[in-house]
Amino acid sequence: MSRVVPLAAPRRPGPDLRELLSRVVRGDQEAFAALYDAVSGPVFGLVRRVVRDPAQSEEVTQEVLLEVWRTAARYRAERGEVLPWVLTIAHRRAVDRVRSAQAAADRDRRVAAATHGGTPYDEVAEQVEGRLEREQVRRCLKTLTELQRESLTLAYYRGYSYPEVAQVLGAPLGTVKTRMRDGLIRMRDCLGVSA
Amino acid sequence: MNTLDPHTLTGAYATHALGPEERDAFERHLDHCPSCAQESAEFAATLARLGAAEALTPPEALRARVLAALPGIRQEAPPVARTAPTRGRLARHAPKFALAACLALALGAGAVAVQQHHEAESARDRAAALARRQEDVTALLTAPDARTATAATAGGTGTVVWSAARDRAGFLAAGLPAPGPGRTYQLWYDDAGTMRPAGLLPTGTGTLLLTGALDGAAGVGVTLEPAGGSAHPSGAPVLLVPFG
Repeated sequence: MSRVVPLAAPRRPGPDLRELLSRVVRGDQEAFAALYDAVSGPVFGLVRRVVRDPAQSEEVTQEVLLEVWRTAARYRAERGEVLPWVLTIAHRRAVDRVRSAQAAADRDRRVAAATHGGTPYDEVAEQVEGRLEREQVRRCLKTLTELQRESLTLAYYRGYSYPEVAQVLGAPLGTVKTRMRDGLIRMRDCLGVSA
Repeated sequence: MNTLDPHTLTGAYATHALGPEERDAFERHLDHCPSCAQESAEFAATLARLGAAEALTPPEALRARVLAALPGIRQEAPPVARTAPTRGRLARHAPKFALAACLALALGAGAVAVQQHHEAESARDRAAALARRQEDVTALLTAPDARTATAATAGGTGTVVWSAARDRAGFLAAGLPAPGPGRTYQLWYDDAGTMRPAGLLPTGTGTLLLTGALDGAAGVGVTLEPAGGSAHPSGAPVLLVPFG
């Protein structure tokens, strides 16, 4: 019942993002608009998941997309696809936002809340696109050990640093570090990801 | 050895869970560790699947704001490969060609400039000043710690851009009502309720690098003032945008 069959990434019938990005490098604003339409949903969703506050999420999403426009030339096709590159920027900016001084007090409250249970990946966002993708990610998360899963989701979905994760989980730093890596290796294999 | 072994940091690195120092050290390590680089790329692709599963349609207004901001943002040139063959034979000749090209360009531009000099001097100065101002704010917008906040009023929006590292703020107005004859928008830093003058914007659409440093201000206010500005706000703010 809990056996998970690795599946290839869902076929994306959308535009060729590499081609769009190469036009963006040359200053093509129409290409950027098409790129926006393809990536803004994942960017906004991820940022919203980490940042939570709707207005701040919009601001961060705007900052991310403008950074994509500004630094499009830094993208290296040999290092991976376009969406992971964009979402890496989005996650870094979202994490920076929740770690900024203004968020410190708020974060302390969230750390406190997290220690009282609740499964981060189980929350339901409104208007979810790509239900199949979401199902698959959830199934794969369930194949992780509890410590692997919590280390990974607290860091990725909540923007915790690994010392914060260690504190919340009451685990040694070195353990958390290796559990994050082990968890990602399992997720990679379960989702059938290659880079 | 155990806690310092960088090979095991790929997971924490991919999830942005490292502090700045560890991250920088790990990135230096990545340059010399192809298997770590490969694993990091795979983890980024894996996490992208987790991220994409959260997809949520952003508000339509965000698209318009992002697309409208593009013309003001200078794009980075592609990085030059570090291993580029610049030490070969070509490199010795390149400066000569480059110099020749520069001279040709300068001569051409010079002729045009002289021709237009008289009638266009003031217009060009104004345009240059405007472009400089735009560049200042754009530079701020692209600071690594740049933050933005937007407030809407009367069909227009005011966006404040600020960078704590640069200790400066900028203001982008889009579609605010024209201030009217003999009037101007005035920007203020909000120092815990005391308004500190931060510059004048005589139009409803435009860009302004605020005068003075952030200096711990709580936000930015905008009022309508007589042309030339006031020492203190003479009325209620049109917009108030808090930092944070």
